[in-house]
Amino acid sequence: MLKEINKPNGPVSAALLAGGIGSAVLGLVTLAVELIGDGPLKDSLVWYEPSGPLSGKSGLAIIAFFLAWAMLHFVWKDKETDFARISTISFVLLAVGLLGTFPPIWHLLAGG
Amino acid sequence: MEMTVNEIWTVVHGLVFGFIFLLGSSAALYAVFSMRAEWMTAEGLSNTAKLIKVYLWGLALAVWGAVITGTYIAYPLYRARPPEGTTDLSAFPRYLLLSNESTAQWHEFGMEWKEHVAFLAPIAATVVAFVVSYYGPLLAKKVGERRAVMVFFIVAFAAAAIAGLLGAFINKYAPVR
Repeated sequence: MLKEINKPNGPVSAALLAGGIGSAVLGLVTLAVELIGDGPLKDSLVWYEPSGPLSGKSGLAIIAFFLAWAMLHFVWKDKETDFARISTISFVLLAVGLLGTFPPIWHLLAGG
Repeated sequence: MEMTVNEIWTVVHGLVFGFIFLLGSSAALYAVFSMRAEWMTAEGLSNTAKLIKVYLWGLALAVWGAVITGTYIAYPLYRARPPEGTTDLSAFPRYLLLSNESTAQWHEFGMEWKEHVAFLAPIAATVVAFVVSYYGPLLAKKVGERRAVMVFFIVAFAAAAIAGLLGAFINKYAPVR
């Protein structure tokens, strides 16, 4: 028999949602750069010249993931959350990340 | 059997870090899937949870290693610009691929997809490692959470597999030397 310890699901929701947020940031920033093309946005994402804008795109996604996780964990660490709703939102955000990083989507949205 | 330093780093990126993650994923996925109260004794669940925690954090570290070596070592070698007037592009993989219509899509589709989607893998893998560590054997009673973890892990695996497969093909046509 498993020892029943009541662990709130807040930290789990925080991690999942943060993962979704990080993924979505990657997808949306990548999509934005591809649709806008060369210019200030792309230039601002060159955080490490040899890697080009990929360094900034991935950097933003990683920062968004860890920052969101830290904040959400702080808020939800002792709470019981609506896990079904939060996990659904997380999956949708993951999908945004997957779609935003898929080149045919860029071409489709660019009308080309 | 000599290898250049650049080739060694490409191997570390793909065949060490990437391979560890891809090869280890199926066992991890099954281990999480099988953490069910009706399938295991309490002792079995406890032991599985202890092992799988270490295993999942190891996989997460491996895939972070893959994307970091990829972005900051292998990718700069791939996208290096040839000096003006260079005719032999074999040392400049990106430009080599783009110089020919029959290989351009390996960059425009292949590398463009690979370099971005890969980052979903370490993010998702880290989430999985945390959730399994947090719940431990209790994950056996958390059906929704276990399913969510598996979704995230499947995404992590898919992203890494796409990146790995495309990387292997790209390196075949335009190797980093």
